[in-house]
Amino acid sequence: MTAEGIGARVLRKEDKRFITGNGRYTDDVTMQRMGYAAFVRSTHAHARIKSINTDDAMKMPGVDAVLNGHQLVADGIGNIICGWMIHSKDGSPMNMGAYRALESETVRYVGQAIAVVVADTQQQARDAAEAVVVDYEDLPAVIDSLDALKEGAPQLHPEAAGNLIYDWELGEEAQTDEAFANAAHITRMDIDNNRLIPNPMEPRAALAHFDPSEEHYTLYTTSQNPHVARLVLSAFYNVASENKLRVIAPDVGGGFGSKIFIYPEEIACLWATKRVGRPVKWTSDRTEAFLTDAHGRDHHSIAELALDENNKITGFRVKTVANLGAYMSLFSSSVPTYLYATLLSGQYNIPNIYANVKAVYTNTTPVDAYRGAGRPEATYVVERMMETAAKEIGMPPAEFRRINFIREFPHQTPVIMAYDAGDYEASLNAAMKVIDYDGFAQRRTHSEAAGKLRGIGISCYIEACGIAPSQAVGSLGAGVGLWESAEVRVNAVGTIEVLTGSHSHGQGHETTFAQLVSDRLGLPTDSISIVHGDTDKVQMGMGTYGSRSGAVGMSAIAKALDKVEAKAKKIAAHLMEASEGDIEIGNGELKVTGTDRKLTFTEVALAAYTAHNLPEGMEPGLKEGAFYDPTNFTFPAGCYICEVEVDPDTGVVSIEDFVAADDFGTIINPMIVEGQVHGGLVQGIGQAMLENARYDEDGQLLTASYMDYTMPRAGDVPSFTLETTVTECPGNPLGMKGCGEAGAIGSPPAVINAVTDALGIRDMNMPASPNRVWQLIQDNGLKQAAE
Amino acid sequence: MYETKYHRASTVSDAATMLKNADDGKLLSGGQTLIPTMKQRLAAPSDLIDLCHIGEIAGIVKQTDGSIRIGAATCHADVAGNADVKAALPGLADLAGTIGDPHVRHMGTIGGSIANNDPAADYPAALLALGATIETNKREFSAQDFFTGMFETALDEDEIVTGVVFPTASNTAYAKFPNPASRYAMAGVFVARTSAGARVAVTGAGQNGVFRMPDMEKALDGNWSADAVAGIAPSADNMLSDLHGTSAYRANLVTVMAKRAVAASS
Repeated sequence: MTAEGIGARVLRKEDKRFITGNGRYTDDVTMQRMGYAAFVRSTHAHARIKSINTDDAMKMPGVDAVLNGHQLVADGIGNIICGWMIHSKDGSPMNMGAYRALESETVRYVGQAIAVVVADTQQQARDAAEAVVVDYEDLPAVIDSLDALKEGAPQLHPEAAGNLIYDWELGEEAQTDEAFANAAHITRMDIDNNRLIPNPMEPRAALAHFDPSEEHYTLYTTSQNPHVARLVLSAFYNVASENKLRVIAPDVGGGFGSKIFIYPEEIACLWATKRVGRPVKWTSDRTEAFLTDAHGRDHHSIAELALDENNKITGFRVKTVANLGAYMSLFSSSVPTYLYATLLSGQYNIPNIYANVKAVYTNTTPVDAYRGAGRPEATYVVERMMETAAKEIGMPPAEFRRINFIREFPHQTPVIMAYDAGDYEASLNAAMKVIDYDGFAQRRTHSEAAGKLRGIGISCYIEACGIAPSQAVGSLGAGVGLWESAEVRVNAVGTIEVLTGSHSHGQGHETTFAQLVSDRLGLPTDSISIVHGDTDKVQMGMGTYGSRSGAVGMSAIAKALDKVEAKAKKIAAHLMEASEGDIEIGNGELKVTGTDRKLTFTEVALAAYTAHNLPEGMEPGLKEGAFYDPTNFTFPAGCYICEVEVDPDTGVVSIEDFVAADDFGTIINPMIVEGQVHGGLVQGIGQAMLENARYDEDGQLLTASYMDYTMPRAGDVPSFTLETTVTECPGNPLGMKGCGEAGAIGSPPAVINAVTDALGIRDMNMPASPNRVWQLIQDNGLKQAAE
Repeated sequence: MYETKYHRASTVSDAATMLKNADDGKLLSGGQTLIPTMKQRLAAPSDLIDLCHIGEIAGIVKQTDGSIRIGAATCHADVAGNADVKAALPGLADLAGTIGDPHVRHMGTIGGSIANNDPAADYPAALLALGATIETNKREFSAQDFFTGMFETALDEDEIVTGVVFPTASNTAYAKFPNPASRYAMAGVFVARTSAGARVAVTGAGQNGVFRMPDMEKALDGNWSADAVAGIAPSADNMLSDLHGTSAYRANLVTVMAKRAVAASS
């Protein structure tokens, strides 16, 4: 390991500009003659639009244009797509309703874009948007997914009878039923996963520019995957052909999945810029973010676990209804199917699993991938069931997990995934030791003496990351391949630019990716720059989500580095008249093994570009690219244990201790990984204790600001204790598994298992808000017990 | 935010004139509610008359009778950190120190808070419990007469709060259960032993804003202890109910916060 290589806690190179206020975000970019867009949005959850009157708005100061969906359709702008085809169990393709960037006939959720105003200032645009008069004919709305499936429920889309998008299954139903018929014990639970609103620090934004002389568009936007955005915008929305569209995602202030998707606003800005003949910028305000950023989760599940007489799991049956909101967002279909049910085996050897998922339209904001995407929902179901089953059979929860752990690898689950490596007992043991699990009984006694209720909860999670082998996802319906590309460009003086298709929006790629190069070549990270987020600079890429940038993105860089090293060795061997096989690279030098002959990396790079003395037939230059397509998912796993104390007077839950023991495989920068875990844990604890998107029965979002949507604050979470155990991932050259989502995936069941343990109850929904916990205490007569 | 005109007043009479001359003017005294409301385009005053730079209504004075006068334009942080307040009315200093976050406490003022009379604001509980006098550019009010309902006060449209006088009291304390999202009070209870007897005032919980708990006051007159109020709760029928707390939960919080306030009082 070099000082800045793999495993070093290198301070983040990007932080200097972030913490000094010099980051360059989409909203910081300005252009001459730039106009501002403001959207007219539906105030109704479900209504037919009778008319849109723009007369008053057009007369307002500074207004350039008021554009609506009729004009958008007339200009040939395509409907918004969903990039993953799911087939129902009867073989029929999913039922997808038409989704237009600007809706002119029927609105289906509050906040849906109807028209866009372009004006000289943001203020003028917003004033004019308010002056557009939309005449609505109210239609009945349906908010909850279970209600939407009921006979007589309001119908959203003619294409989806009964609001059913698909009725999908995975696993062997008959075999699983047989396991239940022969079970010694069955645990059954109704489990909900609450709806969340992503809330990245930077709201979405877009700045579109059309150059008529070149017929060329440029789009600055808050994207986690600018190349995917360009592909979709050109191939499906007919805004421009790919070679005439440059998409730049500059500094992006957090995404958590919500910036994967191509939203109506980006499409509308690109379309409007040509029509109005000036650059058009839109920046979401926080209310728009609450209303229109794709939400996360929102499942109702019924889960059943079958055990034999030895308490071994013999079957797992899960029926889930997933609320996808009013329209299908870009990857919405995959989240409650292949990103969810494929993880229902958890860390356990379960011979029979059957999952049935119904995806449903409702009059709510579209739901799509949010940190973890399907895997938190799966983990929550699995780990709530494991904890409950253990208590029902009277076995310590850790022991019940232990006897059911998968212990041999590779392991083929009944739900597609082939786990490649892991040691689940190691992380369970590590977490139990650190939290002093054995001392819990004594700590509980102390709490009881103080009139408090104390509980402890375990969660053993597994996730599928490193998304994803292209052929495999293609066979499951994905519209894209999920490889990654990289280019390593060595300059003539030996400094390096790495171009990557991954996108950093908080992950620290500019540091970790440079560390990989530093590790390989022995160069300081200062001489290595990471270039990303611009389709003109980076040829192609699939972007950042699904904890893939390390396992997939860095593997592509490693492959490109292999090629750079090979060529550099050839040049060095030629110059030093040595055999290529005797050249070793390290410490910024190329040496002839066992001699003192060496050249600096700079000298070799310079030789590659002067080309005065290269091996016969060799092209000048030192620049190599690579595409890396993973052969399997990666499987980060770990054990989280949460210990809580409940105040029975108020229902306040305080997290007294939280231990996370993760196996991420190889870790490039432990400091950055810890930061990722901390952030993920806070989001998971947020879901478990605080966050909850709520609509009223008319479909108005009640939690549309921080006055009502409870974002976690520093004081809501404890200091975390982090441990790592390591089994290297055999599937990629660096042995990496990914760490971005683990915290959000593993923590909610740990918290709820702890709270239910404290209260001595079996069932409860998230979030464990003070009122909810207090009510459970009243309903279960627990207060007297505590006193 | 809609366009508005900003005016900085330097005297109270100056402010009154500016308000009179404005089409649809609003007094600005810290703006911790008004400015966010305007940003959400829910309020559109033609003019804002800023009271925060009027020297004559800022500052804290301990008066010869021991009472404490706090100028209307005094920010919460100044009240929280004031030595005289901490010594004479520690519950009031604590209350001011729990309002919002540090940014709010350095912008928001006592005058702005009480004139707005948000049902979840903290100050009204202290004013009501301590029997404070509210001084305006026209007259004086007792706290009992001043707070008339949710977001409603006895102030005339053109009346400006200039200060609040708190008489001496002992055993002052404030216990607040914050809304998990907004951190406003879901139930904030101020207790005090005043010359008129024990006082308990509650903010955040009631449908009609701040209110007193006479049953608790009676019980505390006989026995100043947490146990004295443990069995007393307001009727849930009069409590607010929302996403974060049912009326039954709020009624329970009033009892719990009252116990904690009494236990903490000294």
